[in-house]
Amino acid sequence: MDAVILARIQFAITVGFHFLFPPLTIGMSWILVWMATKYKNTESDFWRETLRFWVRLFTLSFAIGVATGITMEFQFGTNWADYSRYVGDIFGAPLAAEGLLSFFLESTFLGVLLFGWNRVSPKTIWFSTLMVAIGSSLSAFWIIVANSWMQTPAGYEIVEGRAVLVDFWAALFNPSTLPRYIHTINAALTTGAFFVLGISAWFLLKKKQVAFAKESLKMSLIIGTVAVCGQALDGHASAVQVVHTQPEKLAAMEGMFETQQGAGLLVFGWPDQDAEKTHFRMEVPYALSLLTNGDTTSEYKGLKAFPKEEWPPVLATFASFHTMVGLWSIFFAFVLVGVVLYKRKTIYENRLYLKTALVMIPLPFLANEFGWMVAEIGRQPWIVYKMLKTKEAISLTVSAEEILFSIILFTLIYALLFALWIFLLRKEIVEGPRLDEETGKAVAR
Amino acid sequence: MTTLQIVWYILVAVLLIGYSILDGFDLGVGFWQLFAKKEEDRRRFMASIGPFWDGNEVWLLTGGGALFAAFPPVYASVFSGFYLALMLLLFALIFRAVSLEFRNHLQTPRWRKTWDVAFAVGSSLPALLFGVALGNIMRGIPLNENGDYTGTFFGLLNPFALVIGLTGFAMLITHGALWLAMRIKGEAGKKALSWAKAGWVAYLVLFIVSGVFTFAAQGQLLENYNAFPVLWVIPVLALAAIVLARVFMQKEAVLKAFLASAAGIAMQFAIVAAGIFPKFVPALNDPTLSLTAGNSSSSEYTLGAMLIITLIGLPLVLVYTVWVYRTFTGEEVAGYGDH
Repeated sequence: MDAVILARIQFAITVGFHFLFPPLTIGMSWILVWMATKYKNTESDFWRETLRFWVRLFTLSFAIGVATGITMEFQFGTNWADYSRYVGDIFGAPLAAEGLLSFFLESTFLGVLLFGWNRVSPKTIWFSTLMVAIGSSLSAFWIIVANSWMQTPAGYEIVEGRAVLVDFWAALFNPSTLPRYIHTINAALTTGAFFVLGISAWFLLKKKQVAFAKESLKMSLIIGTVAVCGQALDGHASAVQVVHTQPEKLAAMEGMFETQQGAGLLVFGWPDQDAEKTHFRMEVPYALSLLTNGDTTSEYKGLKAFPKEEWPPVLATFASFHTMVGLWSIFFAFVLVGVVLYKRKTIYENRLYLKTALVMIPLPFLANEFGWMVAEIGRQPWIVYKMLKTKEAISLTVSAEEILFSIILFTLIYALLFALWIFLLRKEIVEGPRLDEETGKAVAR
Repeated sequence: MTTLQIVWYILVAVLLIGYSILDGFDLGVGFWQLFAKKEEDRRRFMASIGPFWDGNEVWLLTGGGALFAAFPPVYASVFSGFYLALMLLLFALIFRAVSLEFRNHLQTPRWRKTWDVAFAVGSSLPALLFGVALGNIMRGIPLNENGDYTGTFFGLLNPFALVIGLTGFAMLITHGALWLAMRIKGEAGKKALSWAKAGWVAYLVLFIVSGVFTFAAQGQLLENYNAFPVLWVIPVLALAAIVLARVFMQKEAVLKAFLASAAGIAMQFAIVAAGIFPKFVPALNDPTLSLTAGNSSSSEYTLGAMLIITLIGLPLVLVYTVWVYRTFTGEEVAGYGDH
């Protein structure tokens, strides 16, 4: 296989794996802030141990996020040297800013959150939790800035064959930064909330630590509901941005080969890139036009309006996008039912709902991965949209064999990390919070 | 060369120095914990770096980010050129990060032993590899016109780079032992001080060997020194810091010994920077292909914007880093890992 394909596979494996963890920890961190606020206000054993239980699960995931994140920062240089040379003037800055303005913040205060329980006041614990949440959310901001610039580059000029920054703010807030950032943060909140919700449901099903589980479930249901409903708005904003800035990607997302006035939305379909048409179409007429332009007449360019060598892989983009939206519909139904059951005060006893909550845990992770695939596959063949092709961006000095060798090692190590993560999560969950169920007081391990 | 280019050359060096001093001690602790006699001592060693190591490692990430932002061609050439070595480094850092977290989730001796070994390897390998990488930079590497490394992986394992690698390793384990001597009370702390003294001997010998090696075979590193003899004060200060560290060890003034060791680390980088400036990556085959602060930087606009971000961010980082170090003084009494 050639080096370009291998470098892309390696990047996909390493980001794909890494991207399981930050959304979880970013989302969880805000639930932790809420719990830490309760702890600060009550100084009770109950909230202290509740917070500490979730912090244990949080740090397990955070550690893997950190470990696999280092790979990402190195990889632009190791595998994509020509990319780094071409766009480093712009792309390096958000990575450096991430380190300086957010990564220091979250890492330093996580140390306090982990080791400070016998040294600092509940107020300081609360403050450290807040700094971890702000730090990790800011971290996401800088990464989204960097990635959004690859989607919708702005604020630059090409000078002597390199992209050079000429307008810092235009590059920072390029057309896709904000919609994509809000969309990503909401996805993170959904991931964290469903994780906490599902695990709380497990405790309720087992009738263990019921008081703890009820409070945790309530908080995560509220945050999950807000996030999933918000997703309807910011997912929409994200789509509008794609309509206006990346028409090829939109056409691939919708399997749209022909240019049309007043486009519909496909509920189902099977795009065939070679035959240049989408089979088995189930379409809601005019829906795309109404949603993104508020009319039934505006024109949407089909893939055929663009040179075929600049089409993204249509089926992969289409399928990722529709699976993501399909998963969102499930999330929406799930939180809606949850809110109704909560209002009726039956949610804690409804075993069917609690079991469903358990099954839901992995789904937001999947939705995140599919969303990322839409963004990245939909941008192909470009690494920076309309500026630099992916195949022109690799490290010429690194051989295919070297990449293959590192892919194999990465795969083995990441598989091991994943297995250990699940194993240790399970162990911590089974052990549960260190609370006496009768008295609500802390117990020693 | 512009002022901003020089400022960023210095800033990248400062970040790498910060990384070496801070993560340096916990890399060293990672090496020494394997030699702890009792599980209880090992637990205390780990506890002494628990709250800090993650923040310390961010210095590396920020240093890498700053290099990418300020000198993209340097970042691209070094990272792709040292490909296999960097992969090795990455795997070591990955295992290091997770082993400290994982070890505390299970109590069985076998589980802990496994992660202790992983932590020791994950700490020692980087301590060695950073020096090997630096040694290659000092020596120069073959580059083509695109700035790509044209040598092989084994070409990086040349005698000079290995000597520099071992020097760095000895320096960091001495530094780590001093951290333990400073933080751990009682017998285990005394033991750590004796480790520091042993490490120091290797450090001093290798420092001298590196110097002799440079005079004998790496004369290009002396050009700046010969042009500006005032620079000789840097190696003299480095040697003074090393000697001073030993004097303080003798007096059991461990905090002072640790600070002298930190100053020594900073001086080692200063020696290298003074030797290769304005070059970042000297080209071994053709000096005109060398990557320098002048020919390999980002635009003035980017360097300026990044400087503003740094002037806002770095003081904040220093403030809360100092706060955390002050919060966690002395030895933790309650169980480590009880989080």
